[in-house]
Amino acid sequence: MTDLASPPPGAIRDSYMAELRRRRLYGGLALLVFAALMIAGFQTANDRNAGGFLDGLHRIGDYPAMVLSEAWEKRAQLPGKLLEYLPDLVETLNIAAVATLTGAIAGTVLAFLSIRGLAPWPRAVPLFRRLMDILRAIPEIVIALMLIFVLGGGPVPAVIAIAFHTAGALGKLFSEVAENADQKPVEGLASVGARWGQRMALGVLPQVAPNFLSYALLRFEINVRASAILGFVGAGGIGYELKNAMAWGPGRFGDAAAIFLLLFGAIVLFDQLSGHLRRRLVEGTRA
Amino acid sequence: MTAIDTADLRASAGRLFRRKQLAGFGLLAGVILYLAYAAVAFDIAGLMGRARWDNAVVLASDTWSYKTHVERQHRSGDIEIAIEGERRGTYAPGTSPDWIVLGDTVTVDLGHGATARLLPGNVTELDIPGHGTARMALQGRSISGDFGEVPPDWISASAKRVMITLPGARVTMTPARTEIFRYFFGWDLFWFTLDSPYFGHGPAEILFGPRIDPQRGNIAGAAHDWWTNAVWHHKDVAWAIGETILMAFLGTFGAAIAALPLAFLAARNFTPVWLLRGAVRRVFDFIRGVDSLIWTIVLARAFGPGPLTGALAILVTDTGTFGKVFSEALENIDGRQVEGIRSTGANAVQRARFGVLPQLVPVLLSQVLYFLESNTRSATVIGAITGGGIGLLLTQAMQTQKDWEEVSYYILLIVLMVMAMDWLSGRLRARLIGRGSAR
Repeated sequence: MTDLASPPPGAIRDSYMAELRRRRLYGGLALLVFAALMIAGFQTANDRNAGGFLDGLHRIGDYPAMVLSEAWEKRAQLPGKLLEYLPDLVETLNIAAVATLTGAIAGTVLAFLSIRGLAPWPRAVPLFRRLMDILRAIPEIVIALMLIFVLGGGPVPAVIAIAFHTAGALGKLFSEVAENADQKPVEGLASVGARWGQRMALGVLPQVAPNFLSYALLRFEINVRASAILGFVGAGGIGYELKNAMAWGPGRFGDAAAIFLLLFGAIVLFDQLSGHLRRRLVEGTRA
Repeated sequence: MTAIDTADLRASAGRLFRRKQLAGFGLLAGVILYLAYAAVAFDIAGLMGRARWDNAVVLASDTWSYKTHVERQHRSGDIEIAIEGERRGTYAPGTSPDWIVLGDTVTVDLGHGATARLLPGNVTELDIPGHGTARMALQGRSISGDFGEVPPDWISASAKRVMITLPGARVTMTPARTEIFRYFFGWDLFWFTLDSPYFGHGPAEILFGPRIDPQRGNIAGAAHDWWTNAVWHHKDVAWAIGETILMAFLGTFGAAIAALPLAFLAARNFTPVWLLRGAVRRVFDFIRGVDSLIWTIVLARAFGPGPLTGALAILVTDTGTFGKVFSEALENIDGRQVEGIRSTGANAVQRARFGVLPQLVPVLLSQVLYFLESNTRSATVIGAITGGGIGLLLTQAMQTQKDWEEVSYYILLIVLMVMAMDWLSGRLRARLIGRGSAR
């Protein structure tokens, strides 16, 4: 009896090797194209830059060295400077916190309006999703600059700008989490006649709250950085002071160093803190 | 017996509920209190007083409309017609758009049925529907006007300045000049400037009509004139968008390439030496802590403004982030696959290539592509700080505080660019990872 179904082992091996060779060829080609793109990209970027990479490479340490040496000479003043700029750091953190808070609230609302299967108006789900896409796509700096034109410099334009973006970003993540939530509590609540708001608040929110909180903490960490950057373009806080100290140049590098230190310390602190809290939150839901 | 139990249970459940309710309300009160504190700290009340709502009106109306200026100098009697008052948008002497009739008396159609006539002797007459004729004349150094018994509130008149605001138009007269502004929907000169022969021709005419400029083919000529448009700078804008995407691309993938080998050093299962692992991790923390803002400043000092600086700033910052993410992914890989490879006598590099990378690549690519989209936004911001790409164009246009239509054009382009990158990275992620898990 001849076995027609299975070809001789040699053929399997050959076809496997041919397949493997083809895959390696494609993989190699893709890698080659990628490498060529990277090299050409760096070439182009280098050509369009004001100063070339090789010319600047030896100067890379100059500026930090200049700032640090002046700061070292004035090290006696450093504690005073740190205290002097602490309120600005607090303002930056406040901007981030208020923006995260309001953005998370708006994001939660948007998320619940756009959960497939649970949204109150199923037909409007794509609308809310596109709205979140647009909110996410507008860079914070765009909204901030426009609001600075209308409202003048200060923390409020930064808060609004960051909150918009946060609402879009968190809304998307929240709705993904909520879509994977267990439907049984919702059905149970529906069976006793709960309204949509009650079903969401009592059936879905308790399940997803740890994840929501974890994402919001991560967002807060990102927003601290964003708020420092927006300060640099005129929206209050420590970024603004940093820009002033830098524009002044030598003579105020002591201030610049103090601001660097404060900003660095705050970012590292919140990075570690939110990482720790998030780990606890996620492990808490697993247990 | 059971009755007591249920009563106990009931009581404890009630306590739990009350505690949760209290905690809920406490949280809410905390949030409200904090927001109230922030409102005071940010001086919301003072802000409302300082806000320039007129700026907001200018911004809102300028984004979707443009105005054409018609200006008469009283001393010389010269008439100048210019779109947005710009030099490049000025009509050559003796030419005018069809809603202006030149001659001894210049007649300007103001839309909505209103007409203005610039009569000889520095007299201006307006026919306004529902009001009649308004007439103003320059006598010596002051303006005399006839606006009816009671001048309506849209006319503000004094001897030195008369301003008449109509729907879609505005007329001002001062001793030096008479100015008429008429507003139009849309963006002025977006396709062609006035010096282009294609100005005022529709797409059908350009595509299918007879040759407009005898020297060139219609499509090539129109494309060239559009590309080199001196008001909108389409060529520079396209380059700026390209620079921004380039910054994001180089920064993201450069960081991924730099972070991958470092991540092995920071992963517990690949680097048992505690000291080395800790040192690499602290380096990652330091890089992330310094933040892209400060990296941008430092790098801009060394390399000057431009896309390379932006790309390097993203590269450095994301090396820290990727290093952390990748090393966590490395710690979570399945050790059995590596052991299997080891049992065939593979060395460390071979184990990494065939045992680790296949598990890591989907996670890694997903992260990298996700960052590509968010870095497109970062590149816009970094460009605004360090000078490069579309971010720079945007801040420049905003600083002039008059080209709001350009600002809205750039914003539109930025949003489209980010959404396109989002879509692209989502597609690539779905393809690469879908294929990876199917295999």
